[in-house]
Amino acid sequence: MNTINSQSNAMPDSPNNSHINESRVISPAVLSAAKPMRWSIQRELWENRSIYLAPLAIATLFLFGFAISTFRLPGKIRSSELDPTRLHETIIQPYHLASLLIMGTTFIVAFFYCLDALYGERRDRSILFWKSLPVSDLTTVLSKMAIPVIVLPLLTVAVTIATHWLMLLFSYIVILASGMKLAFLWTHLPLFQMWTMLLFHLLVVHGLYYAPFYAWMLLVSGWARRAPFLWALLPPLAIGFVEKIAFNTSYFGKIIESHFIGSGDLVPFPADNMAMHPLTLPNLIQFLSSPSLWIGLLIAAAFLAIAIRQRRYQTHV
Amino acid sequence: MVCIEASGLRKTFGTTVALDGINLRVEEGRILGLIGPNGAGKTTALNAMLGLTSYDGQLNVLGQDPWTARDHLMRDVCFISDVAVLPRWIKVSQLLDYVAGVHPRFNRAKAESLLTKTTIGHTRKVRELSKGMVTQLHLALVMAIDAKLLVLDEPTLGLDILFRKQFYDSLLNDYFDRNRTVVVATHQVEEIQHVLTDVMFINRGRIVFESNMEEIESRYLEVTVHPDRLTAARALKPIYVRQGIGHSILLFDTNLNATDRAQLSALGTVRTPSIADLFVAAIDGQHGDSQGVAR
Repeated sequence: MNTINSQSNAMPDSPNNSHINESRVISPAVLSAAKPMRWSIQRELWENRSIYLAPLAIATLFLFGFAISTFRLPGKIRSSELDPTRLHETIIQPYHLASLLIMGTTFIVAFFYCLDALYGERRDRSILFWKSLPVSDLTTVLSKMAIPVIVLPLLTVAVTIATHWLMLLFSYIVILASGMKLAFLWTHLPLFQMWTMLLFHLLVVHGLYYAPFYAWMLLVSGWARRAPFLWALLPPLAIGFVEKIAFNTSYFGKIIESHFIGSGDLVPFPADNMAMHPLTLPNLIQFLSSPSLWIGLLIAAAFLAIAIRQRRYQTHV
Repeated sequence: MVCIEASGLRKTFGTTVALDGINLRVEEGRILGLIGPNGAGKTTALNAMLGLTSYDGQLNVLGQDPWTARDHLMRDVCFISDVAVLPRWIKVSQLLDYVAGVHPRFNRAKAESLLTKTTIGHTRKVRELSKGMVTQLHLALVMAIDAKLLVLDEPTLGLDILFRKQFYDSLLNDYFDRNRTVVVATHQVEEIQHVLTDVMFINRGRIVFESNMEEIESRYLEVTVHPDRLTAARALKPIYVRQGIGHSILLFDTNLNATDRAQLSALGTVRTPSIADLFVAAIDGQHGDSQGVAR
């Protein structure tokens, strides 16, 4: 990509360049929008290395612990051989735990990322540099929204798959050494199914369902002069508090809560089930027809529109 | 071709008037110095031209409204300001990648060849560079962009005098040509004097003086007068008088006072005033009861 760039710039009249221009003629709008977006997302990954370092660090720590625990695996398998359900649980549990840990980490990363995304560039005054380049506020804000909605879910799945493979590798080595059958571990581990559901859960719940939360935090991070964390949390708390005092009800808090952890018919995953087993098969139709999803997305779009508009007015804090 | 055109440009922050109805017109190929004391409205004026601040009135930069079309405008406009710092976390190589990625007019090879003249390594992070090196880096990026307008807002603030001279020299020699327009805002008048084609003094949100350099040279004269000839000199109606040690320095506008060099030579030593002298006359004249420098 870089070589192409420097070439086309260094030799503006070369024949080499003319076919690049031709391809631009085909869809100039798409190309001119896609390139700044791609580089804006790249910029976020450069600036916020915790996006990938945090899940990798957690995965490494987990693998370290798991590697040690695998030495007890043959013993555990032997002791629960008579109870197939327990055996299944024993084998599959660490794999669920790995997914949950990595997912929890990336969720925390997403939370702090959003709170800093439009605040950091104003704090270090680099916003004036970013604004001196032909990248629109729309592209900038959407590239920042893409991190929690698309990049982090995909990254979570990738890290989880890698972690599961390494776990499997450790287990096989230990089982092989203890002289057990190799094939039997695989029959207890529907890994491919787990990964598909994880991907689905992340894109749907963390991507679409949590979109209004991310958009709200982005909005606050682009607006607050200091302490975006407090500005993001206190107003919702205040609304709930005033509602409680004024009407002795707590609908606002319940709406937020149900959108966040899911409850009843609002989410495809029953609340109690989701907290512990996020990998159960969701009901896609029910999910897509749920009004709370669409209302949430509308609210997210409104927050983003304000954040985009607002960035035009912002210079440094 | 007109590069920047403003009429009735106004901007207020609460009750503070930063720009009080500015009219200006900058032709293509000029190097304009926007000179004023701190808080005069220089940065606000530049920010309006760059689409970084909203404003009232008419403003047109390269045929576009900067406030609504900033991202389009930035294909043709570059700016460096003392506050537009490069992000501290970024590596030099990443910066080159990014600008090459988003800017259609960025010549990466040129930026890299400019950087080889400095001691800035590609693997360094901006936070590891000195202030002078960061400015060099920013200048290398900007000079590698084929822009029509370059805006500089106190670009050399906090840098030593050698570096400041080098900065303006490389700007003039390696960058400027007749198709490009440069607007420099500063309050350090002397060091950009030789660079400019036009000057504009701004004070309290208003343009108090504007001229091109040829006009300044032909129109304004400064005479050092001994006290015994002061009365005769004052009779010629200088536009500004300041006191030296054992003499007075009188500034004349030859268009206004119908005097000429020969007449003034009889009174004392005549020379062309520097921009700094004119600036003091224009700004100080506004505050006192003097007539000020004529527009």
